[in-house]
Amino acid sequence: MMGLVSYLVFFTTIASILAIAVLGLNLQWGNTGLFNGGVVAFFGAGAYGTLLLGGTPQADHIGGFDLFYPLALIGGAAAAGILAWVVGRLTLHLRHDYLAIATFGVAVTFENVMRNAQGLSGGAKGLRGFNRPLEAWVNDGFIYNVLFLTVVVALLICTYWFLERLICSPYGRQLRAIREDEIAARSLGKNPGAIRLTAFITGSCILGLAGGLYATFYAFVSPQDVLPTLTFQLWAMLIVGGAGNNRGAIFGTFLIWGTWTISGWSLARFAPVEVQLYTGTMQFILIGLVIVGMLLWRPQGLLPERLVVSQSGTKKLN
Amino acid sequence: MAETLLHATNIVAGYVKDLPILKKVSINVKKASLTLIIGPNGAGKSTFIKAIAGVVPVTSGKITLKGQDITGIRPDQMSQHSIAYVPQSDNIFRALTIRQNLELVLRKNRTAIDRIDTLFMRFPILKTKQTEKAGTLSGGQRQILAVSMALAAEPMLILMDEPSAGLSPKAAQEVLQLARDLTTEGVTILLVEQNVNQAMRLSDHCYILAEGQNQHDADAAVLLNDPIVGEIYLGGKRMRAE
Amino acid sequence: MIQSLTDGILVGAIVSLGAIGLTMVMHMLRFANFSHAELLSIGAYSALVFDALFSGILPSLANNIGPLSMTWALILSMLCAMGVTGLSAVLINEFVFKRIREKGSELSMVFASFGVAMIIRNVLGLIFGLKSQLYSNDIVFAVLVSSEPQLLIKPDQVFVLLAALLIMLVLHFVLSHTTFGYALRAVAENPPLAEVSGIRLSRVIALVWIISGLLAAAAGVFYGLNNHINPVIGRDLVLPIFAATIVGGIGSVYGAVLGGFIVGIAANMALLVLPSGYSPAVPFIIILVLLLVRPHGLFGEAET
Repeated sequence: MMGLVSYLVFFTTIASILAIAVLGLNLQWGNTGLFNGGVVAFFGAGAYGTLLLGGTPQADHIGGFDLFYPLALIGGAAAAGILAWVVGRLTLHLRHDYLAIATFGVAVTFENVMRNAQGLSGGAKGLRGFNRPLEAWVNDGFIYNVLFLTVVVALLICTYWFLERLICSPYGRQLRAIREDEIAARSLGKNPGAIRLTAFITGSCILGLAGGLYATFYAFVSPQDVLPTLTFQLWAMLIVGGAGNNRGAIFGTFLIWGTWTISGWSLARFAPVEVQLYTGTMQFILIGLVIVGMLLWRPQGLLPERLVVSQSGTKKLN
Repeated sequence: MAETLLHATNIVAGYVKDLPILKKVSINVKKASLTLIIGPNGAGKSTFIKAIAGVVPVTSGKITLKGQDITGIRPDQMSQHSIAYVPQSDNIFRALTIRQNLELVLRKNRTAIDRIDTLFMRFPILKTKQTEKAGTLSGGQRQILAVSMALAAEPMLILMDEPSAGLSPKAAQEVLQLARDLTTEGVTILLVEQNVNQAMRLSDHCYILAEGQNQHDADAAVLLNDPIVGEIYLGGKRMRAE
Repeated sequence: MIQSLTDGILVGAIVSLGAIGLTMVMHMLRFANFSHAELLSIGAYSALVFDALFSGILPSLANNIGPLSMTWALILSMLCAMGVTGLSAVLINEFVFKRIREKGSELSMVFASFGVAMIIRNVLGLIFGLKSQLYSNDIVFAVLVSSEPQLLIKPDQVFVLLAALLIMLVLHFVLSHTTFGYALRAVAENPPLAEVSGIRLSRVIALVWIISGLLAAAAGVFYGLNNHINPVIGRDLVLPIFAATIVGGIGSVYGAVLGGFIVGIAANMALLVLPSGYSPAVPFIIILVLLLVRPHGLFGEAET
């Protein structure tokens, strides 16, 4: 019984962390219409950033500033934001298919650099030497995990609340205006370029926050954690859940992550040993089929975007 | 009395289904005639031509050619019905040479080479420049190429959308005269024009459209002196909506 | 340095073949097809299957042609693989991309292409296994063409380059001297005009997919011949092929050819200065620079 509860805690923690990431992606794609093909680079920036800032000094690479954890986490998110600023300045004006290619290339390059730049990131063997916050004080592993889960869920709720307020705000209206008809928005005096950039950066910071939490949880990050396949999984979560809908984003995350883990578990349990090697392969085929199937059947997702009413029409003028 | 070649009845059409540009337009075109459609901007003249060509979807109404129903055909099926269409702009392939443009439209034709020679005899300028890319031609030359591309497969009916647009008065006159000459050779031409005076002088019958509906039609010779043309253009007279 | 240049040209030929198909599809359908590179994998593996088949039926076909590790069986297999890949490409469009385009937006097609790429890559892995394979277990030695500066070339590499150039020449002939080629160029330039000129768009689109599949299969077999065959050929080549397309200008076949060679040479020359681990990032740098400096590439049309 304990094993099951323990596993559920683990599952919910990861799912919640990924849900934060998908919320960030939803801001970029669902609300602003920006195609970020390199999601994993910003997630990774947050992961590596947090560990480098908060980790203990290591012999063969920089970092190890052993910063107070919340600062390290914010630092990770900021690193993602800075990367987003650079990438955004260079690419956001591009047509959507060029933007997809360019951002995809950013992710490939990021993984490439992290894999090779030993002095920066520890190279292929990854970053270690990170002590999870407060771990020394809480002796029981299970209780620690529950506490960690609580913090993650709290952050998820905060992010959700923040983004929901954002959509209803004037800024949210601007995002929708730009997404629907840029020329009209421009004629009203809005600066689409600047607005898109801030949305891109904000979404990327949220991605970086998720990345930082992910790395914190494992107390380790390596280039294996920032492969393009993670981009793909996060996109699948958003597409299935419903782009443009924050609840859809969270729902989709849990659904896809659940499918992923259940399929992995079933294969490990029931499949013959020779097939086990192909577990990942089959899971990717499954996810691929889910994405393509979803786009063929219901491209708006399971929970489509709701019409946002930011001002009630019944308000009197005076 | 010449037979009616094209019979369009109560055509409702538009790019978007719920926003029709044509609201029950009916036009008949007699064989070997030069039939003209004129009208103020936004009248739906080009849209009508495009509806026949299959470029704009037809919501309701019927179009028959020599008795055969051609409502809602695909544009690439026009040639099967011996119809050709000359769009107003972007009506030649700039990246291909003059000869290649003609060879393209004649690609299913066994007598392609002969047809091209015939066209070259009629339009010597095309022969002279046959290896040059169509994009290098002047406006008038492009129009000649566009018309010869339409003529290439010896169609029964040619739809022309403002062929004189953007041309010098002399070139415009030449193009319109060419259309007239073609009708004496038995080709039927349905012409949309803004250049009202020049076109009406050379046409047989003329339809006036405004706001997506028929307003008036008569033989061109009669309409030349009829003030009703001006009245429709200036918005004074409109048929009541049915 | 001349070794890098030569290697670059040889790799470039393969990238060019892959890029021609992609540039045509991207221009016509206006979507970044991330699954195009997987067509190379399909081609490479199909040829592997046919090769085993033909060699089994008629063992004499399996003899090497001269100094190459290429056999007649493999050449026949390549032709069959081209057919299979062309068919796959058009079927994927028919059942996936076309339907998604009707339902959603152009961007949905890009996501879908990610999904399709994942499916193809992993299905191939499932069927054929994850390990690298080769067409022939013969060890083919590189020939020392010159020792100062050192230049090693494998006969297979020369064959691949010549075969690729031959294919491009055939394509060039078709585009510049046949009405079929004119029809393709017409649809690329002005689809509505092409339609009213009597060209059936759906047929041309299907043919463009088939051609892109044919070329991709050839590229895949050539890649497998010179390197190895494994399920991640597509993953490794997707960025270089995109880079070649962007360098040449989307929609320009000749641009794609030139772009392929440029990307191949640049990637190899970069190895002279960068550690080899960074070479996957080079195509991306090229893409980024191009998009900043000259987004429509060498021969593409400026965005209207």
